[in-house]
Amino acid sequence: MNDVAQTRIGGGKLEATLRRGDFAVTAETSPPDSADPARVLERAGMLKGLADAVNVTDGAGARAHMSALACAAILARDGIEPVLQFTVRDRNRLALQGDLLGAAALGVPNILCLYGDDPSAGDQPDAKGVYDLDTRDLLSTARCMNQGAFPGGRAISPAPGLFIGAADAPRPLDENWKPDGILAKIDAGANFFQTQYCFDMDVLRRYMARLADEGITERVYYLIGIGPLVSAKSARWMNDKLFGVHVPESLIARLDGAEDQRAEGRAICAELLAELRDIDGVSGAHLMAPAGEASIARVIEDSGVLVARSPAV
Amino acid sequence: MGLGPVDPTNPDQPPPGSSSPGRLERVLRAGKFAVTAELNPPDSADPRDVYERALVLGEVCDAINATDASGANTHMSSIGICSLLSNAGYSPVMQISCRDRNRIAIQGDVLGAAAIGVCSILCLTGDGVQAGDQPGAKPVFDLDSISLLETIRTMRDASRFLSGRPLTTPPKVFLGAAANPFVPPYDYRPLRLAKKIAAGAQFVQTQYCYDIARLESYMERVRDMGLDERCFILVGVGPLASARAARWIRSNVPGVHIPDEIIARLEGAEKQKLEGKRICVELIQAIRDIKGVAGVHLMAYRQEELVSEIITESGVRSGRRPHDHHKRAQKNTRPIVHKETT
Amino acid sequence: MYAVRRWSVRNAGMLEWLYNKFFSLLMRLHPLFDRIGYSRLEAPMAAAERVIKGFMFDCRMCGQCALRSTGMSCPMNCPKSLRNGPCGGVRLDGGCEVIPTMRCVWVEAWDGAQRMDNGMVITLVQDPLDQRLSETSSWLRVTREGNMFADQESEGRD
Repeated sequence: MNDVAQTRIGGGKLEATLRRGDFAVTAETSPPDSADPARVLERAGMLKGLADAVNVTDGAGARAHMSALACAAILARDGIEPVLQFTVRDRNRLALQGDLLGAAALGVPNILCLYGDDPSAGDQPDAKGVYDLDTRDLLSTARCMNQGAFPGGRAISPAPGLFIGAADAPRPLDENWKPDGILAKIDAGANFFQTQYCFDMDVLRRYMARLADEGITERVYYLIGIGPLVSAKSARWMNDKLFGVHVPESLIARLDGAEDQRAEGRAICAELLAELRDIDGVSGAHLMAPAGEASIARVIEDSGVLVARSPAV
Repeated sequence: MGLGPVDPTNPDQPPPGSSSPGRLERVLRAGKFAVTAELNPPDSADPRDVYERALVLGEVCDAINATDASGANTHMSSIGICSLLSNAGYSPVMQISCRDRNRIAIQGDVLGAAAIGVCSILCLTGDGVQAGDQPGAKPVFDLDSISLLETIRTMRDASRFLSGRPLTTPPKVFLGAAANPFVPPYDYRPLRLAKKIAAGAQFVQTQYCYDIARLESYMERVRDMGLDERCFILVGVGPLASARAARWIRSNVPGVHIPDEIIARLEGAEKQKLEGKRICVELIQAIRDIKGVAGVHLMAYRQEELVSEIITESGVRSGRRPHDHHKRAQKNTRPIVHKETT
Repeated sequence: MYAVRRWSVRNAGMLEWLYNKFFSLLMRLHPLFDRIGYSRLEAPMAAAERVIKGFMFDCRMCGQCALRSTGMSCPMNCPKSLRNGPCGGVRLDGGCEVIPTMRCVWVEAWDGAQRMDNGMVITLVQDPLDQRLSETSSWLRVTREGNMFADQESEGRD
């Protein structure tokens, strides 16, 4: 993978796993509404030893929570490798650069660059949306810093070694689709992508095949978003409300027919997780469930994906 | 050492009436003359570089300020520096500037700060972006220093976000603000201090003081209004390296006033750097004698190694033991670098 | 316009008197506005406000006018849009830290406040801006809420 830099401070388990060619598993946690560090580990701690890295969301839903950087530092100290999410909504370039450097020094090796929901989506709609940089600018900022300088020119020594991520959403594509958006992110510095939920394996296969045609899967790692559905009703809600997400009818039918819908949802997720391993171009899975860390932990264990991996060197 | 909001050097209960378990508040409430200093963050991803800089300040300082893109130049963010300092046993003061973050990010940073051990927060407006090396950055200023004070006070005392959403654990922080009595509008400055106190400021650190007369007239009004009894005032000081440096600061750094007499003294001296240090010591001693002043705040840009000497020579810490947290710091200063593990 | 807004500050006392009269008039018009419909009046009123206040104060239509509390010097002209200024970067000649050729908006505000009868409201804490109110008519809002200080929640705060 030529786009992944070779010598840097940092270099975590997620990157090492992907570079080895093993199937990586990441999960997600949200920072608490609290000043107490114990709260962070209460939920995220369940993923220790199971996920290769845990994403820490940044002001998800345009709502304030404990700073994602602090949360990630707490995880890192506890031996849980974080992927620190950065939105461009709340901070200008000066603050973003400061936090990128802070992340590196605090043992956070991975970042994910996102746009962020508009303030009107949350409970602080009177806040000013910053958007000094867009996602691509943030990606190239991180790469610039990896190479040893702030965008303003000043040197950083030693340089951080951040493993840089961006977001994507696998979906049915028409013939006219061009990969420009993804390529732009890769050119700006993305080393890996984590995607929005994709529950339809057929759609995913076709999407990944298109990416392969464009040479994208040779340049970056793809971790596909999935999660344990809690009920048929919530699956239908997601189809309605979550843009770009489609849960196939077959899965909804399974949930409908199940006695314990939650357990069925976990079973479906575990199956999908196993299936993902065999799809060309897919390097891993990214498990998301709001306040569902316990569920995710069970799914990872039940799926057996970790057991099937080569032992770490 | 845990990561909760506890003074790393003194696990005893803080005195009653305290907002935080931090050392700075403890020292001030005990009536001791406090010394704080500013740490200039390195441009490095290696935490050891931060520890090195803290080492020279640690002995004589009751707390160390971690700046927030001061002068609109990026460095490691304040919360990042504070996390490292706290982990190494120092008592950080986290500076929050309103220039770079909106109210969503700021509230998040306050919670994050408390979670990683910060007990004191300094609320600042922030220098304009034009001052730094990325003048194209978008200035945010979603809050100003006063609404920032109120925001954090609300989080601490009412245990909720600005939006009303409750916090499960509020941040226990000692709140500070900046003050600059040395620039216009002079008569309004004491009233502005009153405004900051009304908004929640419990301590202030002022901009550099090179003009004792101006400070005295400010403090007289401050005392008349009873503000010194409601807020701890730490006066900013710093050694000037040379007459040329002083002149450069006077022309290029808005907010800092250096009188002609000081520049003349530097010019006339054989060893200007030594004279600059001497002036700093004298200023500290004069400041110490002004009624209502609770401490000094050292900003020794590029001369941090002088801080310890200056404080010792001034005698303001006589009778107090040096802090030993720097010894504790040696243990915890391995950088956190991930290795491949199973 | 810069010269005009400086004139406004120097004549803050007179403008305060004028504004109080204007506000009483607005209050009397409230039932009429109500009948016509506030939403219908929004566009023309905002336009009028933009022209008049723009000329007199370099108004930026923040929608939360605080002129009475800032000595008739609009705080949105401050490059840091401080609602509770001034910052510590004021130059010794009273010039702005960010735009040195411009007089600090808050040095002006203090000047204007001293020329007003009720100028000491400058010591009250102003709330942070609600960004959603940008470009809306402050006059209408104040009328609708029947409260001269609808734009600044200063109750109980010192």
